[in-house]
Amino acid sequence: MSDKFDLVVVGGGPGGYVAAIRASQLGMSVALVEGEHLGGICLNWGCIPTKALLKTSEINHLLHNLDQYGFTAKETSFDLKKLVSRSRGVAEKLSGGISHLLKKNKVKVYDGFGRLNGPGKLKVEKNDKRIADLEAKHIILATGARARKLPNLEVDEKLVWTYKKAMTPDEMPKSLVVVGSGAIGIEFASFYHNLGAEVTVVEVMDRVMPVEDVEISAMAQKSFENQGMKIMTSAMVKGLNKGKNDVEVIIEKDGKETKLKVDRVISAVGIVGNVENIGLETTAVKVDRSHIVIDQYCQTDEPGIYAIGDVAGAPWLAHKASHEGIICVEKIAGLDVHPMNTLNIPGCTYCMPQVASVGLTEQKAIDAGYDIKVGRFPFMANGKAIALGEEEGMVKTIFDAKTGELLGAHMIGAEVTEMIQGYVVGKTLETTEKELMHTIFPHPTLSEMMHESVLDAYDKAIHI
Amino acid sequence: MAIKILMPALSPTMTEGNLVKWHKKEGDKVGAGDLLAEIETDKATMEVEAIDEGVLGKVLIAEGTENVKVNAIIAVLLEDGEDASVIDKMDLSEPKEKIAEESPSADAPKKEAAPAQQSGGTTGVQIQAPPMSEGNEYEGRVSGPKEGVFATPLAKALAEENDLLIDAVIGTGPNGRITKEDVEMALQTTGGANLKAALALPRDDYGMPPYVPEKNSNVRKVIAKRLTESKLMIPHFYLTVECELDGLLALRKSMNDKAEGAYKVSVNDFVIKASAKALKDVPAANVAWTEGEIRQYVTSDISVAVATDGGLITPILKSAEAKSLVTLSKEMKELAGKARAGTLKPHEFQGGTFSISNLGMFGIKNFQAIVNPPQGAILAVGAGEEKLVMKNGNPATVTVMSVTLSVDHRCIDGAVGAQFLAAFKNYIENPTSMYDLARTA
Ligand SMILES: Cc1cc2nc3c(=O)[nH]c(=O)nc-3n(C[C@H](O)[C@H](O)[C@H](O)COP(=O)(O)OP(=O)(O)OC[C@H]3O[C@@H](n4cnc5c(N)ncnc54)[C@H](O)[C@@H]3O)c2cc1C
Repeated sequence: MSDKFDLVVVGGGPGGYVAAIRASQLGMSVALVEGEHLGGICLNWGCIPTKALLKTSEINHLLHNLDQYGFTAKETSFDLKKLVSRSRGVAEKLSGGISHLLKKNKVKVYDGFGRLNGPGKLKVEKNDKRIADLEAKHIILATGARARKLPNLEVDEKLVWTYKKAMTPDEMPKSLVVVGSGAIGIEFASFYHNLGAEVTVVEVMDRVMPVEDVEISAMAQKSFENQGMKIMTSAMVKGLNKGKNDVEVIIEKDGKETKLKVDRVISAVGIVGNVENIGLETTAVKVDRSHIVIDQYCQTDEPGIYAIGDVAGAPWLAHKASHEGIICVEKIAGLDVHPMNTLNIPGCTYCMPQVASVGLTEQKAIDAGYDIKVGRFPFMANGKAIALGEEEGMVKTIFDAKTGELLGAHMIGAEVTEMIQGYVVGKTLETTEKELMHTIFPHPTLSEMMHESVLDAYDKAIHI
Repeated sequence: MAIKILMPALSPTMTEGNLVKWHKKEGDKVGAGDLLAEIETDKATMEVEAIDEGVLGKVLIAEGTENVKVNAIIAVLLEDGEDASVIDKMDLSEPKEKIAEESPSADAPKKEAAPAQQSGGTTGVQIQAPPMSEGNEYEGRVSGPKEGVFATPLAKALAEENDLLIDAVIGTGPNGRITKEDVEMALQTTGGANLKAALALPRDDYGMPPYVPEKNSNVRKVIAKRLTESKLMIPHFYLTVECELDGLLALRKSMNDKAEGAYKVSVNDFVIKASAKALKDVPAANVAWTEGEIRQYVTSDISVAVATDGGLITPILKSAEAKSLVTLSKEMKELAGKARAGTLKPHEFQGGTFSISNLGMFGIKNFQAIVNPPQGAILAVGAGEEKLVMKNGNPATVTVMSVTLSVDHRCIDGAVGAQFLAAFKNYIENPTSMYDLARTA
């Protein structure tokens, strides 16, 4: 006998659990199948625990720079175990919260791994034991993704780590190489650097954080280097010579090989979707380069089967996963929904200095054929930034000269991840430069730079 | 607050006109309803009345100026006790021009110079052609594409950039808001009224100019079908009578003055009330023709034609004979608002026992409307016009309004129609005889 539901969601990450709750709100009977941990990567091994760690490393940074504010502290120290256990505690607390939310919304949770058994059918198993057979008219796959592994960068989680181990170190490495300078790599680089490790970042592209605006990348790189981090761009890790408690990393740059001996290596070279062992072969669902192929409403090639979040492709962000969940479920419920506008998905990196952006970069705007106006405003010229002692950074805005459409916004500096949503709201409401110019920003705040940047794009900035 | 007097649009398609004559000079006192100026379009010359009262503070467009744009500020009216110096502080640049200047193509310093769109302390008011207008303001007001359109700023900017009439775009955003995507869609499909694109097209083989196709909405189709049937099937005849309005205008003014803003009755409200009462007096005119019987209704349910973007619609004032003028006036405003917003419920516009169509605000002197079946008659109301007449051997000016009753001869005979009009005329010319005028309930 199988249990019947209107909707079954496979995977309890920010994509899956949000979809389940929304569906229940819309009156569907919903089951959620999660094999490991409610909250997914985001909550257990991603967004949340890393932010807890980054906070502690920033405190360490502050303790070593107290002089600037008129304080002296002698012999500060930290206990790595405590930092890690704090981070784990934060994740656990939130995971418990998700379980409560699902219960409150009458979502039936199955503890096990789901595997499709033809359209509309799902087997749930754990440790080779059958948990349940489920049937549903609609099945959403939200199985997420995992770290990509490269052959010449063999991960052993002892000397060469992926993010899970990097988040739960037993001892503090004195030196390390971070391979990859995307959001995940650069956050770990920042974390370990601020705790005192010697960090070298190796990036295959010609700049760090390659998805960001060129100017932002350049400012970030300069800042990291000023802090004492080593950055190698256009560089490739060719191989590793593992020692007992250290690794020799062979790096090729400009046709020349360098060998670097470090305690540990972190591999952050992208992710692959969790498309295996979920029974896709029993359906018409298509997979392209480890990601499930969907249409703009998250529908796969098999009617009644949908995919959302990391398993459905880039950008690999928790809020994108959740939003897809909402769109997908509302579409199933027959509500009038619009597809997601990918140009309105903000991206945030919580390194030091922080980076946040939404929409087109300057180069992409030009490539798309726009006639653009660009505004910039430096932290240096903002009262609040100076008062905070955070004078490094910039807010950059890009407008379509013809219509005044805000095409993109790019920020680097303190707290920019908390500010970007101002521009996201603006973009979602389709404001033009005019409304932004007439918006009143509170003084003194960092957000005033967002105003000035817009003004600057039209040669009206007041404070530069 | 000084009031800007704007060049009125005398018809929905009018974009500019000639200011032929000023009937008031700077410094003259102006009363609501006073003749202010004469305006000429390619179709007609029309008189323009003041809506508000005060002193004509400044004339900005001189007599004899040609091609004055609709909504241009032609004069400033000062309120009682206001000093002419306030005019100097007012922003008198043309709103239309400013929009152009603010457009992204203009260079920055020039934009800097353009003052803010709305300056404090003054209100922009559009004056309207002759007296019937207030109850039907919506019919006379031709809003530029910028006003009252529920669209995102970006959608508006994009439409403007592409010379697209955004009013024609269907919004699919939250609550029907027009978004960038909607405008892009409209730009792709020719149905989007893209005039610029259409202008670039060649004439066809028969020498006809390019056109913008607009799909017939269901409302449009229903209107077409019913009017065709009515005009073909119903034996119409027409009766016209002229009514003097001066007493009514005076009463209206004193009522509105006393109301101190609590309500504002229009000439059209009086017309509705008078029709309802006259139908009560001459019930044989309050009828519908059906094959088996003629139905004589016991209440006067008045359908009032309202022009909307989607076409003509006739919300109904039920049992209008029993309602006070003020109640009718408020109900009419509410229904007209709903009609324009497209939120009328079927019971609010289906039915009715008698119709009124008022084109006075467009300066139409008189016209013949098409009967709205199964109703037996419809009253077409024209503009009030000043006339020189002999009264007791002396010349006098009176304001005269011409109304024409279109009648379905199958159920209403000539004499009945005439009796109805006599009763109607009597109420209009002796408005206090509509006993419950001032009752506000
Ligand atoms: C170190 C790190 C830091 C990050 N930081 C951020 C950040 O700051 N901001 C941000 O937006 N994103 C961040 N991300 C990315 C973010 O975590 C993901 O985008 C997000 O978790 C994707 O959500 P999801 O629901 O698609 O998948 P996941 O969160 O991966 O959840 C998938 C779930 O499905 C379960 N599952 C898989 N297969 C099955 C099956 N067959 N049956 C049952 N259950 C199954 C898994 O156990 C998992 O719980 C970070 C990622 C990492 C690794």
